[in-house]
Amino acid sequence: MQQDTKIEVKNLNLYIGKQHILKNINVKIPPNRITVIMGPSGCGKTTLLKSLNRLTDLYPEMKVSGMILIDGEDVFHPKEDITKIRQKMGLLSQRPFPLPMSIQKNVAYGLRISGRKSRKGIERRVQRYLQMVGLWDEVKDRLKDPASGLSIGQQQRLCLARGLAVDPEIILADEPTSALDPLSSQTIEQKFMELKEHYTIVVVTHILRQAKRIADNIIFMYLGEVIEQGPAEEIFNNPKEERTKAYIMGGLY
Amino acid sequence: MRKMKRRTIIRTEEIFFRVIMFISSMIIAATLFLIIFSIFYKGLPSLSWDMVSQTPKGGFYFGKEGGILNAIVGSLYLAGGSTFLALVIGLPLALFMNIHLLSKTKWVNAIRFCLDLLWGIPSIVYGAFGFTLMIYFGLKTSLLAGIITVTLFILPIMVRAMDEVIKTIPIGLVEASYSLGSTKSETAYRIFFRQTVPGIVTAILLSFGRAIGDAASVLFTTGYTDHMPTSLLQPTATLPLAIFFQLSVPIREVQNRAYASAAILVFIILLISILSRIFARKFYKNQIK
Repeated sequence: MQQDTKIEVKNLNLYIGKQHILKNINVKIPPNRITVIMGPSGCGKTTLLKSLNRLTDLYPEMKVSGMILIDGEDVFHPKEDITKIRQKMGLLSQRPFPLPMSIQKNVAYGLRISGRKSRKGIERRVQRYLQMVGLWDEVKDRLKDPASGLSIGQQQRLCLARGLAVDPEIILADEPTSALDPLSSQTIEQKFMELKEHYTIVVVTHILRQAKRIADNIIFMYLGEVIEQGPAEEIFNNPKEERTKAYIMGGLY
Repeated sequence: MRKMKRRTIIRTEEIFFRVIMFISSMIIAATLFLIIFSIFYKGLPSLSWDMVSQTPKGGFYFGKEGGILNAIVGSLYLAGGSTFLALVIGLPLALFMNIHLLSKTKWVNAIRFCLDLLWGIPSIVYGAFGFTLMIYFGLKTSLLAGIITVTLFILPIMVRAMDEVIKTIPIGLVEASYSLGSTKSETAYRIFFRQTVPGIVTAILLSFGRAIGDAASVLFTTGYTDHMPTSLLQPTATLPLAIFFQLSVPIREVQNRAYASAAILVFIILLISILSRIFARKFYKNQIK
């Protein structure tokens, strides 16, 4: 039974000051699927995603209550080692943020974090992860160059490789293609389709077509609430809620 | 018609501010140039190999032979020692303020306020404070007492300068670091540090410049001597005081040597800033904008 829920969010509420940003969220996310959190801008999708690995810690004005269970471990429990939990999750943000070091070291950083030390092993794995995201051929001759010199699309794939190098079980992606050109976006989507066999992937997007292309599961959010969740086909072909229907038809923005 | 008038106003405004900008840049550049020019103009003729390679001989301050090697070495020890000490204390503090205290805005602001107050305290007060500390601990005027006093004096400058750079790190980079599972210390020393090395180098330079150039804080604490510094516990000569003493002698020749000493001081600062810029460049290209 543990196998059909990887992430479970229970009664999650989040306030910024007096503003109620996330309203009583209850969500179940299955393993080895792409779950898309969909909804118009400003409805709390990104905040929900960031709550999953407790990046909410970075924003002192956010007050959180409720539970988020990853494999049964509560992310917000003060006794949990948050760095361990975060290592289970790789994050792709809207805009890629490579680390201020060379291309190779960016990926190696992830490897070192997860405790790999030997030099030879690291070099081999850097190559493997760069190949996994389809970047190896483009950068193999300039591994020592700064990562900041890559194009945005390449940087995003580098960030994916870096995240994978930590050996996570879950990939969180926050509108990962919104800063990318169509071709790079396609590459990222493709990679997600390949990766879902081994990872649980959660993607936030406001692009309806993207959701249709990649989603196995949909969570539809509107104004801080989860309106509907379930298998993608069901939601797209047979939405139960009026607001979901409206959004899918393109009426709700 | 009205449109024309508006356009003229806009254009005048543009010219006005450009002129002001030009004038103020010129004032700064001219001041710097004049200082350097007058120091070198008066000092270069008296600058000799003896100046930088010998300690003062008897009657040096009356125009006899000798040099200020003791003060050069003393100043380098003093400024190097206190900059190092301030870095050891200051860098962790600056990183701590921006990482561990990230969610405690009130605390950070309180610390910043204190540091700004400390920054405003004149160096002679630090000298007096260092002096009382010295007496309390039974120290005599010595290199060590000077290093401690100057460290206290440059610490707020260094921390605030670093803090201002570290503050500018984009939150996305912090999120990226944390979501890889880095701890706070890993984020601090592996990522924040790398990202801000150029700014940290500037902070170090700023502090070093203040440390090597300040006379008031070392007056009571480091003392002065004609001998080379050999121990942390002995009085040590420093360049600003060497300049001060030579300049207060009513003999033209000795006064010119004061300018030569100032030229040496300026040269040291110039050399160190160029060297550290070269060092920082390696990190600069890795920076994430």
